[in-house]
Amino acid sequence: MASHSNAANILLVTCTAWSATPTGVSGKNAPPKETGTPATRKAGLLAWQQVYSVLTHPRCINCHTATNYPQQSDDRHRHFANVVRGPAGKGVPALQCVACHQEANADSTGVPGAHDWHLAPLSMKWQDLNDKILSSAEVCRAVTDRSKNNNLDGAGLLKHHAEEPLVLWAFQSSRRIDGSMRTLPPLMHEEFVAATRKWVEAGTPCPQNP
Amino acid sequence: METYKLTVNGQPNDVIVDPGTPLLWVLREELKMTGTKYGCGIAACGACTVHLGGMATRSCVVPVSLVGNRAIVTIEAMAQDPVGRAVQDAWVSHDVVQCGYCQSGQIMSAVALLKSTPEPTDTNIEESMGGNLCRCGTYVRIREAIKAASQQLK
Repeated sequence: MASHSNAANILLVTCTAWSATPTGVSGKNAPPKETGTPATRKAGLLAWQQVYSVLTHPRCINCHTATNYPQQSDDRHRHFANVVRGPAGKGVPALQCVACHQEANADSTGVPGAHDWHLAPLSMKWQDLNDKILSSAEVCRAVTDRSKNNNLDGAGLLKHHAEEPLVLWAFQSSRRIDGSMRTLPPLMHEEFVAATRKWVEAGTPCPQNP
Repeated sequence: METYKLTVNGQPNDVIVDPGTPLLWVLREELKMTGTKYGCGIAACGACTVHLGGMATRSCVVPVSLVGNRAIVTIEAMAQDPVGRAVQDAWVSHDVVQCGYCQSGQIMSAVALLKSTPEPTDTNIEESMGGNLCRCGTYVRIREAIKAASQQLK
């Protein structure tokens, strides 16, 4: 997923790679209870807003779609070449993400790459069917719902943000086919991980509705 | 310039090229295997499709430096492949080709589809072949030929 503005901006933007796990929302899969004082919660919410600013950057959200296809480039248009999601989020037999997206960025041809390029599952969609980005509260609820996030607790979320190859890719500089550089998320990776850690330590608080 | 050891259709080859050279141009210019076609150069048309490590791959956008030790299979090997042979026979019997320029890529994608999905539905065919463009508009015959090859392989 893949990613290309004209076909050139081969920029199948991906940040995270959760796979859906069909578990319930009660018991151990329920969203974590927030902990700490009001001041801690406030600090946690501020940290979450930093995390949210990264998750909703095109580098991440282009592969967290609600649709049957990935998006690409900063204008988040539909991925060219009729690329579709496929049953495992990796495309379909003759048109898999890895038909173009290799293990590393291909700066000579403008195709981004990282290990196991794929779409996030629909349970981790961060936009609606009209491509409108979901609110901070909605994304936060999805990210912390262990029935949707591959059963990750706070520590698991932190590890995911710190180590997942597709997350790391989102912070790498890389070149489009026209020679220009892809835009980067608003935080450095270290800042993103630090904000995630602060949010997790505060008990992963989520904003109130909406 | 770097030296790369590539296995193409089962044969080992050494090539000395710039690391950023797309696999397509290594095949065509260095190894003189011109069955794989240049169409758009940006992975938008599928004419350059080969199999890399068993996966249909757009050779025009894969630098040779990222090929690694994966086996490369091109249209030149399809006559010796049971699925490839069945697809080529179906292509002939259904008169799929008009100008023919895109057809090596079409066949490579069709073979990848049938190896993964021996009895594809119309939706399977449309999704898997949707990235292979044919300016002659042979899509209906391509679909029928894939179904015929599927039947032949049962």
